[in-house]
Amino acid sequence: MSAEKSSTYHKNGTPLPAGVPQISRRQIYENRAKRRSIITASLSTVFVILLLSFLIPLTPGWEEVKKSFFDWNILVKVFPALLEAFLVDIMIFAWSSIAIAILGLVIAICRNASSPAFYPLRLFGTIYTDVFRGVPVILAIYLIGFGIPGLGLDRPWNNPYIWGSLALILSYSAYVAEVYRAGIESIHKSQKAAALSLGLSQMDTMRYVILPQAIRRVVPAMMNNFISLQKDVALLSFIGPVELLRQAGVYKSLLANFTPYVGAAIIFLSVTIPATRFADHLIQKQNKQRSQ
Amino acid sequence: MFHKLKLSFYLFITLLALSMPSNILAGNACTNGNLVNPGVLTIASGNPGYAPWVLDNAIEKGKGFEAAVAHEVAKRMGFSGNQIKWVSASFDQSIQPGVKNFDFNLQQFSISADREKVVDFSTPYYTANMAVLVRKHTIEKGAKATLTSVRKLVWGAVANTTGMPFIKTVITPTTSILLYDDNADAVGALKAKQIDAAVFDLPTALFISAVQMDDGVILGQFPAADSTNPDHFGMLLSEGSPLRACVNEALSSMKSDGKLAKIEAQWLQNSTGIPVIK
Repeated sequence: MSAEKSSTYHKNGTPLPAGVPQISRRQIYENRAKRRSIITASLSTVFVILLLSFLIPLTPGWEEVKKSFFDWNILVKVFPALLEAFLVDIMIFAWSSIAIAILGLVIAICRNASSPAFYPLRLFGTIYTDVFRGVPVILAIYLIGFGIPGLGLDRPWNNPYIWGSLALILSYSAYVAEVYRAGIESIHKSQKAAALSLGLSQMDTMRYVILPQAIRRVVPAMMNNFISLQKDVALLSFIGPVELLRQAGVYKSLLANFTPYVGAAIIFLSVTIPATRFADHLIQKQNKQRSQ
Repeated sequence: MFHKLKLSFYLFITLLALSMPSNILAGNACTNGNLVNPGVLTIASGNPGYAPWVLDNAIEKGKGFEAAVAHEVAKRMGFSGNQIKWVSASFDQSIQPGVKNFDFNLQQFSISADREKVVDFSTPYYTANMAVLVRKHTIEKGAKATLTSVRKLVWGAVANTTGMPFIKTVITPTTSILLYDDNADAVGALKAKQIDAAVFDLPTALFISAVQMDDGVILGQFPAADSTNPDHFGMLLSEGSPLRACVNEALSSMKSDGKLAKIEAQWLQNSTGIPVIK
């Protein structure tokens, strides 16, 4: 410790008098390296962007591509309607994500039930995750979204929003259940043993000891599932609802121009990019905590 | 080895010799040098093709209204049999920038001013009335062929068609419109009672109600003249295609000598007697 103290310097390299905030030589080196890498990174990024913006317009088809995909007037014209259609996506996402979080947990607990009496539950959990992870989401949406109402349900119970959302919930909760399960299994067996030996019931052990830790651990992985759910909500458009992607498709067809899709992509990105960054941030935070 | 090479060389020469005359003969002065594949007329259609426009999803057989029209236009441009190449190209493929893989494409594309900015259309080969397809129980519940009555229904349409703007501007329903990828999905939604009514062009509606549904009924039609944007079907060509003049020439000769009307009578059902929605 004392050796470290004696080797503190001012930024310019002169030794510091006592009492001034001290920066170690290593920190000076690290700061300098950091600054240098930022400069290099920005220079190379600027260079690549300049190069691309110079080269792409030189291609023979650029003018046509620009007209079909990046027509500013069309973008301005359709954007308000696209935003309005995005509300439908948000709505479906909102109720589905809550249901998925709950159902996924229930399935995960089923799969983890250890008592032999609960074997049917475990079997159910296993079959459920196998089936719904194996079936493409779009197929589930068609089957449940058209099939079940076709059995003779009347309005409002044949609403495509209800059955389409249910299909999403069933598919995604199978994935989410596996994430929960990974979290539950990552908690060391000794914790369960300790809790049981303290007299907690199986249920209480799960509720007060295992789940609080397990869920915290899997939050970043869960975020990734919900980011992809946010995009898959658009699949509901196959069975009727006019959400963002469908609305963009309608404009594409009427205007014979792909710009509305670019508009839809911008809207999706404006939600998914912050969400992805947030998930990354959570993962980093967790890694830091673990390495401490 | 040598023999094999020699053999394949002779084969090549023979094939070349066989294919040359037909290539030179095919087409007329109008098409020369303007085809995507030299010497061959490349015609695109949808996959799947829908009846009554194309039967059995095989446009090359010439069965169905559009299949027959395509064959006749090709014939009048100087192509027949294996001088015609059939490809499939969706609407999206037809409007994407870059080189097209067809000379013209027909699959009930409606001509519109916005689309004309990106691609070219021939003169119309058919003008379709919009028709309203419902199920029997909807009529039993009291739906009538009046605008005020149909406004209360739940409406559906196929997304890539002009159906959506038609419903929005002409019918102005009270509930939000549901849209589907293709005819089959829209019919599925009718069967699941998720929608009460769907708009199709009249020939498609007639076909669906006759063949694909047990209790499909055409509630009524909107005459093309009444519609703000009548559905004129045109053949789609790439922007500025010199072939457009040749196709138009073939179509106008088919109109003037009555062949087009004949094809229509052969493949499209008689639609008289279907009430007009007012």
